[in-house]
Amino acid sequence: MPTTITPEQATAMVREALSAIAPDADLDGLAPDDDLRGAVELDSLDFLSFVEKLSQRSGRRIEEDDYEELRSLSSCVAFLSHR
Amino acid sequence: MRWQTIAKEAPPAGPRVWDYAEVRDAFSWEQARAGLDGLPDGRGLNIAHEAVDRHAAGPKADAVALRCVDGAGVTDITYGQLRESTNRFASVLGGLSVGRGERVFSLLGRGPELYTAALGTLKNTNVFSPLFSAFGPDPVGERLRLGNGRVLVTTPELYTRKVAPIRESLPELRHVLLVGTVGEGTRIPGGIELDSALAEADPGFEIPPTDPEDMALLHFTSGTTGKPKGAVHVHEAVVAHHATASFALDLHDDDVFWCTADPGWVTGTSYGIIAPLTRGTTLVVDTGEFDARRWYRILQEQRVSVWYTAPTAVRMLMRRGADLARDHDLSALRFIASVGEPLNPEAVVWGQEVLGLPIHDNWWQTETGAIMISNYATMDIRPGSMGRPVPGVVAGLLERGKDGRALVTNGRVTESSTPGEMGELALRPGWPSMFRGYLHDDVRYAKMFAGGWYLTGDLARCDADGYYWFVGRADDIIKSAGHLIGPFEVESALMEHPAVAEAGVIGRPDPVAGEIVKAFVSLRREQTPSEELRRELLAFGRRRLGGVAPKEIAFEADLPHTRSGKVMRRLLKAREMGLPEGDVSTLETAQ
Repeated sequence: MPTTITPEQATAMVREALSAIAPDADLDGLAPDDDLRGAVELDSLDFLSFVEKLSQRSGRRIEEDDYEELRSLSSCVAFLSHR
Repeated sequence: MRWQTIAKEAPPAGPRVWDYAEVRDAFSWEQARAGLDGLPDGRGLNIAHEAVDRHAAGPKADAVALRCVDGAGVTDITYGQLRESTNRFASVLGGLSVGRGERVFSLLGRGPELYTAALGTLKNTNVFSPLFSAFGPDPVGERLRLGNGRVLVTTPELYTRKVAPIRESLPELRHVLLVGTVGEGTRIPGGIELDSALAEADPGFEIPPTDPEDMALLHFTSGTTGKPKGAVHVHEAVVAHHATASFALDLHDDDVFWCTADPGWVTGTSYGIIAPLTRGTTLVVDTGEFDARRWYRILQEQRVSVWYTAPTAVRMLMRRGADLARDHDLSALRFIASVGEPLNPEAVVWGQEVLGLPIHDNWWQTETGAIMISNYATMDIRPGSMGRPVPGVVAGLLERGKDGRALVTNGRVTESSTPGEMGELALRPGWPSMFRGYLHDDVRYAKMFAGGWYLTGDLARCDADGYYWFVGRADDIIKSAGHLIGPFEVESALMEHPAVAEAGVIGRPDPVAGEIVKAFVSLRREQTPSEELRRELLAFGRRRLGGVAPKEIAFEADLPHTRSGKVMRRLLKAREMGLPEGDVSTLETAQ
């Protein structure tokens, strides 16, 4: 059973994962509900790497059914910290 | 053989039943041309007339041509409405005095405006050149310059991000037609709001006389060295679009057809715009990016009957599992085809098991303009094979020389006749959608032909029954997620970074994308490798190149070189794949 992840830790994980894949992205300018794929310009392959990195960092298995929970910064944080 | 042939003894309901050998032997392109109307009063042949006007003038006027699906819902555009919007677009270009043969570029996401622009451009006898909207400023600028872009159709947002930084290098670009509202304070030289221009334009437009050999489309493709090449296609290409839509995609006028390729790539223009419209089909246009659930929903809700997609997308759907597919009603679907890179046998069989239909692989290139080798609705599938040549197309395999390409001796080549032997895939020139040149580069065009063949640069085998099997590229071109990416263009962009001395770019094999772009860079003497610098280079690549930027960057102090000083990409690839470096000739078979 993984330990709980706080929203702050989840935010940091998402930001780390995004900046590893798209270091050109302006993460400070990202609004909590922005669509990540559009705002950070992630193509489908980038998005798969993003999920992999989130999974590694959080220690949680992310099923493909969960992808829709990973649309924005705020939904990612909710997903990682509320389980 | 490990994979069992998928027999088509009882063809599923719907497809036109035809015997491959019989049709192939009786086929002529002249006959195929007779299936089209031509411009009235013998004024020639124009793609837009065949795709739009001839349907709009008949019983299909109120049939849906485009069904645009976005987050807000579904917008239907009939053939009649498409005739009017494309007339208006042609009138706008005419009003701007854009001359015959001048190039109109688009840098747009998939939406109604893109289709209006493409077909309206063709009506005004200008040349349409689509750009992939995920390109960064470097590839956008390079293509606009090489193609002498006179008009660009884009959005204010895309302009600001991708064109404004390079606008000064585009003196030939005169007009920028803008989809959407231009914000106050945004100054775009030559900018015209498209909506209001269309509203004021004449909805009546007569297509001027069009010679079938007039330039119609300009598609850029990547080379291993030098700049991208602009492959020139002419209006006569529509004969091949129309014929192959029937042979390879089995399209009928009552089909709902979805081609998932972006019109920024050749598939998205030939089969995402032209071919299905010439057949009077309803075309589904999805504005979004890949998303498994939404894709299944589109197939279900739009009752898609024929679906043309790419191996990378199929493999992503496979990862998503069978349950999601089974949660959807895919009963309208009757034919699935795929193109972009070889479709692995597992994917063909997965289609059969999970979607209830096998996936039909086919093969063609930017230069060929249309599908050349294909699996057909009524022909048995040998999973992993790209199928057999389209009627009217003559293919062959040529023996290779030391450089891996077809061996040319005194202008002659040797066709290999032993079944199963690997050779360079070649085609006999003469099909209507063959490219007519590389813009401004006759030398490179001439090099694509030898001994009466067009040399494709792809390696393949052919079995005793005439089925072709893709082996790999004979050169260093990267195939990632169905897109051709030239290593030189990526290397050049990276070398503009002050820390980089040299770069070698390869396609690293990847289970989902086929290959992903990986760059090896050597640094200037005063620089030291660090994680920070690696990220900076990734960011630099993404800013310059957009969607074709390297996904991985590795530092390599000593890049291997040929005697002439070029980076040996094949050796880098052999190392990456753990192959013996001395035997790089095995590279292709290992893929």
